[in-house]
Formats: sequence, C-alpha cells, structure tokens
Amino acid sequence: MIKKTPKQSTLQGIKSLFVGLKVTGRNFVMPQITTHYPRKEVDNLATYRGHVDLVPKEDDPMTSKCILCGQCAKACPSNCIELVIRKEEVEPPPDEEAQPDSGSKEEATAKSAPKKKKVKRILDAFMLNYNLCSLCGQCVQTCPVDSLEFSTNSYLAGFTREEFIFDLLERMRNKQKASSSG
Amino acid sequence: MNIPPELIHISIALAAIAAFIGLNGLVLVYLERKVAGFIQRRPGPYEVGPWGLLQPVADAVKLVGKQLVRPKVADPWLYWAAPLLSFTPIFLLFLVIPFGPTLTGMEFNYGLLLILAFTGLNVLALCLAGWSSANKYSLLGAARSVAQSIAYEIPLLLAVLAIAFQFGTLNLTEMVHQQGPWPWQWNIMFQPLAFVIYFLCAIAETNRAPFDLPEAESELTAGFHTEYSGMAFGLFFLAEYAYIIVVSCVAVVLFLGGWQGPGAPGFWWFLLKVYALILVIIWIRWTYPRVRFDQLLNINWKWLLPLALVNLLLTLIFVKI
Amino acid sequence: MLHYAHEQLQGDYYTRAFQAGAQEDTLIINMGPQHPSTHGVLRIILELHGEYILRAEPVLGYVHRMQEKMGEVKTYPQYLANMGRVDYLHALAWNWAYVRAVEQLLELEVPERAEYVRVITCELNRITSHLLWWGAYLLDLGAFTPIMYGFADRERAMDLLQIITGSRLTYCYYTFGGVTADLTPQFIDGTKDFCKYMRTRLPMYKDLVTDNMILRHRVDDIGIISVDMARRYGVTGPNLRGSGVEHDLRRNTPYSIYDRFDFEIPAYEECDALARYLVRMDEMEQSISIIEQAIQSLPEGPVMPPKMPKVIKPPKGEAYGEVEGARGVIGIHVISDGTATPYRIKLRAPSFSNLSLFAEVSKGILLADAVSILGSLDLVIPEIDR
Repeated sequence: MIKKTPKQSTLQGIKSLFVGLKVTGRNFVMPQITTHYPRKEVDNLATYRGHVDLVPKEDDPMTSKCILCGQCAKACPSNCIELVIRKEEVEPPPDEEAQPDSGSKEEATAKSAPKKKKVKRILDAFMLNYNLCSLCGQCVQTCPVDSLEFSTNSYLAGFTREEFIFDLLERMRNKQKASSSG
Repeated sequence: MNIPPELIHISIALAAIAAFIGLNGLVLVYLERKVAGFIQRRPGPYEVGPWGLLQPVADAVKLVGKQLVRPKVADPWLYWAAPLLSFTPIFLLFLVIPFGPTLTGMEFNYGLLLILAFTGLNVLALCLAGWSSANKYSLLGAARSVAQSIAYEIPLLLAVLAIAFQFGTLNLTEMVHQQGPWPWQWNIMFQPLAFVIYFLCAIAETNRAPFDLPEAESELTAGFHTEYSGMAFGLFFLAEYAYIIVVSCVAVVLFLGGWQGPGAPGFWWFLLKVYALILVIIWIRWTYPRVRFDQLLNINWKWLLPLALVNLLLTLIFVKI
Repeated sequence: MLHYAHEQLQGDYYTRAFQAGAQEDTLIINMGPQHPSTHGVLRIILELHGEYILRAEPVLGYVHRMQEKMGEVKTYPQYLANMGRVDYLHALAWNWAYVRAVEQLLELEVPERAEYVRVITCELNRITSHLLWWGAYLLDLGAFTPIMYGFADRERAMDLLQIITGSRLTYCYYTFGGVTADLTPQFIDGTKDFCKYMRTRLPMYKDLVTDNMILRHRVDDIGIISVDMARRYGVTGPNLRGSGVEHDLRRNTPYSIYDRFDFEIPAYEECDALARYLVRMDEMEQSISIIEQAIQSLPEGPVMPPKMPKVIKPPKGEAYGEVEGARGVIGIHVISDGTATPYRIKLRAPSFSNLSLFAEVSKGILLADAVSILGSLDLVIPEIDR
C-alpha cells in the first residue's frame, strides 16, 4: 500500500513541540529502568550462553561424559578447543585396575604390550581458548554424548590473555567439589 | 595610600563573581547531567560522592590535570587567547546584575547596554578559536557561530529595546523596582511576545540545543573547540555555562520581576527564578533534535525579526499613549 | 598540486586523488573514518563550498574482514558463526539467508514449527534493528533522548531473544534444517507481553519524535531518491519502499511461511528521508503484528528434521538464498563442489547498494542534510565491507 507522508501545519508543529516536552517531562518523573551493576545484577543470566562447560557423569561427578572423540575440536570454527589425552595401559577386565605409572615409557609399553592389555585413553585436560571462541555453539551441537553445555558465566574480566585459557575438566571438578561441600 | 572605596567594592564584587561562576559551573554540570539522566530514566552521575555530587569536581580536576595540546600548525597566540577571551568578559557581565535589592556589584545606569555589548565579545572568541585551530571542522564551526550569533543578536536587541522603552531606563535595578512582587505584576504579563523572542534568541546566543550548531557533534565533531584539550576546553565550557546564567539573569530582571517575589523579597527569589529558567533550557535540550543551519537563520530573519519589530512598534505606541 | 608545509596534511591516496578534481576555493574535508555520524568506520570525502557539498565520495574497506574468503576455508556449519557478524543488527536474517541457500543445496525440508520459530525470531530481530536505527538517526539529528528510549525497548527484545538463542547480538541460532533450540513458554509469554508493550511505546515515539516540527523540517524533502535512481543502484528494503515501490521479498516471492500472515508492506511515494523514516516506523508495527499472528498459530512438532546427515556435504551445484533483512535484500550465493567446504560464497549486502547512491544524492546539498541522508539510509558499515 503506497501512502503519502502526512503533512503538518505550522500550528500543529508548534503544538508538537509542547507535546514533546510533555513526553520527556513525564519520563522525568517515572522510575529508572537501569540496573546499578555492582550493587544489583541483571536477573536473566540463567538463559545466557557463555563459554562451554563439561558435563559430569551422573554416577561419577568427578569424570566427564566426554568420550574423547574430538568432534568438538574439529567442528570449532576458530580451533579453540584442544583435548589433552593421556594413553594408559589397562589390565584386562578381571583385574580392573589401572596401572599407576604412565609418563615417559607409555609409548614404548603401548607398542610392546601383550595383546591382552588394552590402551585406555584418558582425558587429562580439556583446554578451551576463550580468547578465540565466538560462542557459535558448534561444539555443543556436534557432541554425540551431550558432554558439553553452555555456562552462564558472563562476568569475565582479566588482565592477560592466559587467564582466558580454561581447563574445562578442572573447572568441572572444582565446581563439583564446591557443590558437594557446600 | 588612598584607595577609593569604589575600587574596593568592585574588587570584592569581582572575587565574589569568580566564586559564583565557578560554583555555578559545578552546579550546572551536575544539574544538567542529572536532569538528562532522569529524562532518559537512568540515574545520571552516581558513583563519585553521595548521589554523584562530587562528579563535577572530579570532572574539573580531570580537566585541570590534562595536558594542553596545540596542533603543530595552529597559530599559538590566537589559539591560547581565544578561550581567555571567551571567559574574561563574563566578570563584567555579572558586575551589573542586581541579585538583590542591595546586592549589585556596581550600580551602573547603562547596565543593560554593558551586558549586551560584552556578550558580543564571545563571538570573537569563537571565531578566533575556529580560525587559529587550523582544523577544517573548527573553521566550519566558527563560521556557523559567527553567522548565528550576529543574526540572533538583532531580534534580541530589539526585544530588549522594547523593554527599555517601556521602563524608560537602562538601569537593571530600576527595572526591577518598576515591577511588583506578584506574578501578574511581572513584566512577562505585559510583554509576552518580547519574552518568547528573548528566550529563543538567548538559547541561540548561548549555542544551546536545539540551536547548538557551532558544535553540532554529528556534523562537525565538536565544532570550534575540536582541537582544544584540558582547561582550554574547560574555559569554553565554563564560559558557555556562565553565559546561560547571564541570559537567564537578564531574563529574570527584564521579565520575571528580579528579586521581587511574594513574601520576603531577596536574592533567593532571584536565584530560584534563574534556576527555573535554566531548568527549562536544559529540558528543551534533552527533548528536541537540532535545527538545520539555514532553518536557524530563516527562523531568525523571517519570524523573530519581524515579530520583534512589530513588538517594538506596539510598545512605542503604548508608551506614547 | 597544492604545496603543504607539513607532510601529514597531504593526505593519503584517496584524498590526493579526490583533490585532483577539486574546484578553486573549496574545502575538502574527511568525514570519517572516525566521525560521530558515520556509525562505524565509513569514510566520506567531501568537497564543500561553504556549507554546500559539491562532491562526495565514500571510501570503504576499513572493516573488511574477508568474510567471503573465510567461507572458502571453513566447513558449512563452521561458517554459520560468521553470519551473525556480517550485519550485527539483523544477524538472524543473515543466518536465515545462509541456511536457506544450504538447505536448497541439501534439499532439506524444514519442519513447520521451525519455520514459525524463524519468522518470530527474525521479526523480533528486525524490531531491534529498527529501534537502534531510530535512536542512532535521532542522535545524528541532535536529539539525545530517543536513543535511550529505543535502547530500553530494544533491551526487552534482546532479553527475549537471549532466552532461546543464548546471545544478545551476534546470534548463531538457525541451523541447516531448522533451529538449534525450541521456543520456551517463557519466551512465548514474554513475546506476547512485548508486543503489547511495544504497541504502547510506538505512539510515544510518534509524539516525541515523528510529529516533532524540528524533525519534520530536518527530514522532509531531503535526499530525494527517485525510483529510477533506486533501480540503477539496486536499492532495496525500506529505502526502496520509501521511494514508493512496494517491493518486499516477504510479499513478492514469499519464502518460508510469510504467505500465511496478513501484513502490510508500508511504502511512501515521497522518496525523501521522511518517507524512509515512516516506512521503518510502520514496519515495526507490521513486525509486531506478524509475531502476534505467528504465536497465535504456532504448531506443535519438532524444530529439526528427523534425519540429518552427520557431515554436511552438499552435492555439486549452486544455490542462492535470499531473505528480506532490515536493510533490504540479503542474498547469499553458495557454490558447492561436493566437499564439506564451500567452493565460493558470495554475499550480497543491501547496505552496499544503499550507500552507493550517496555520491549522487548528496550533490549540492547542505552538510547537515548529508548527515540526515546517511542516517536515513540505515547503513551498517561491517555489512558494507564484509
């Protein structure tokens, strides 16, 4: 529908000036709508999606659901996820005990290990470089076991870039410790 | 040593005026920001001191502490003279304003004339600032300010002239005496048109929104004071606020009965009226968009000037009768 | 060539090239790249005669981020995050244009509920975009208060969008085949309230600004973009509708489910800044009405297709997805060579076409009007440079 712009007479125009003053005058006495940050905080952070966090297993809150497939690191547009994986020899199921020592000779032992022994990959750290993250959520979407979730962590500030390289595994464990103790 | 008492009187008055200007600058900065905040439904200055009361002080300290920068190609003499030239005449302006029945810096028969004459000096300061900065935006701002100030001075003078004819004097104290304490005895009831003309011209003369074209930030970044920093900018800023007070004071004297008011007359009535006027000016600033330059001049030459002339003529006829 | 005492006054390549054609006794002035009224890093070189503009030339590229090149090195889903950054004010429209193109390549069917969700969120995003334009335009024209009111209302809409998308500005919410998260009851109730609330705010905007005499004089008869000029430069969106052409992709080539809603395409025949202003003000009202209708008839169901390929690898071919953004037609041309990475992505940004006409329309006008025209074009600089 093609319309014509409404025209205004001078008298209407002068009246409009007073109407404008009335509007701002009314707003002057209306209550403020700002949130005074350090004293009050906004109340809608529950839906905010900050950087990702690891989800713990239901039965064991100290380990994550992550199966170390590395899909998230591959899906990330800015390559900010890095999985630090440690390989460890595991005794065959009857023993059900992991070898305490790993470290430098693990590669050698992995190769020369007898066929009975299995190599288990263990997540040592889940590094997120938040400096590069663009919060697109591709990692969360691609994760096949839903081991990643968005955190509501919005009050982030720091002096160096290193402060924004998070180890998500450690974060998760600290959170679990805090919640279980408190 | 034989110091004439007049000199002592004026010296004390000047010192008092200096304090008054400084204090008023602080109050106005605070008031402006608070009013703006409330209109926009936010608190305004809030962090420094209780209710942000110390914010203007913090601003002033910041301005004083800043380095004074002069562009390499700017004319050094004119560049530094401009802010001083803008600020110093203000002392003279306040000297003749009757704040109370006896509270006048200097009784002067041509007080109104003196105010009008020295207000004109500000144009020169802005012109110098714009020219000597060697900045194209400053130059445009200065050109605008000269055209605007000169144009708006004419209807302003004509409106004031009508009042002078009506009262038959240029002495501001005398003018207040001719008005009564109650609002219907104030001159605004006899000269409403002159008041409207004077008020519009005053806003334009002091470069306030919606007539703040010399410093229209969306067009000229900061207009004539683009290059100024620190207290050089601070002086322009202070001068602008001082001029707002001056034009409000004159308006109160000419139209709103000066220090007279119901009950006890005194300088409190005067200050109350002045601040009421300033509040209206601030309110207007935070409501309207800016007019365009040619429209600004059109309003002046096509509306205000003929109206002021008609007003003057009518006043003359009434005075004769 | 003029001689300058100081080397820094000679200017860069663009200034010198511009200076070569200057007349005598004129002032050449750089508006931008840092200037309060160019909203970002647009630079315009102006030749002024007094306050009148003789010539104007926009200089682009200050926020060029190689968005198109990035498309060639990223996989299809990875590129989704870029879309929110092209035009940060109407991010969801860019999201939509891209997923539409890829959905055409993949021949994916989008579930009905997902289409509704897309319409609701995209229109909500359009309102936030127009509100910000409104405030910023008024700021250009010297009114300081409207932007605060506009932002206060925009906050509410962004709070709503945050509930489902999780972000407030650079959304990355649509995905191939649907949307990443379903609507929550909180969002639906909040949106209903928001629509009611906005219907009370719009008359206030009209009282405070639209009817204001000073604003009328600043925008009436300023920056006439004739239909012919608009067609020559490929102007779209509210700018074209302000020139009296009823062109809107939502109506002309109804994509998604826009043909199910009853809404008007506001257009004004005056071709000036006021017409463009009023088009956007009316559009906000229409968007509210679309949102209300969509929420009324929101179907149940999934928001993602039941079967999704694990890796997005479209077959060889090309597709063009276009949607109506807040600034005009957003078009994305994707060429696939059968791998997981696009062969080429071409982004058609409406602001680029809209800015192109500035050089022609600004001839012989006042400097203050140039600001008024630039504002009325509603430019988003990152979108121009891409």
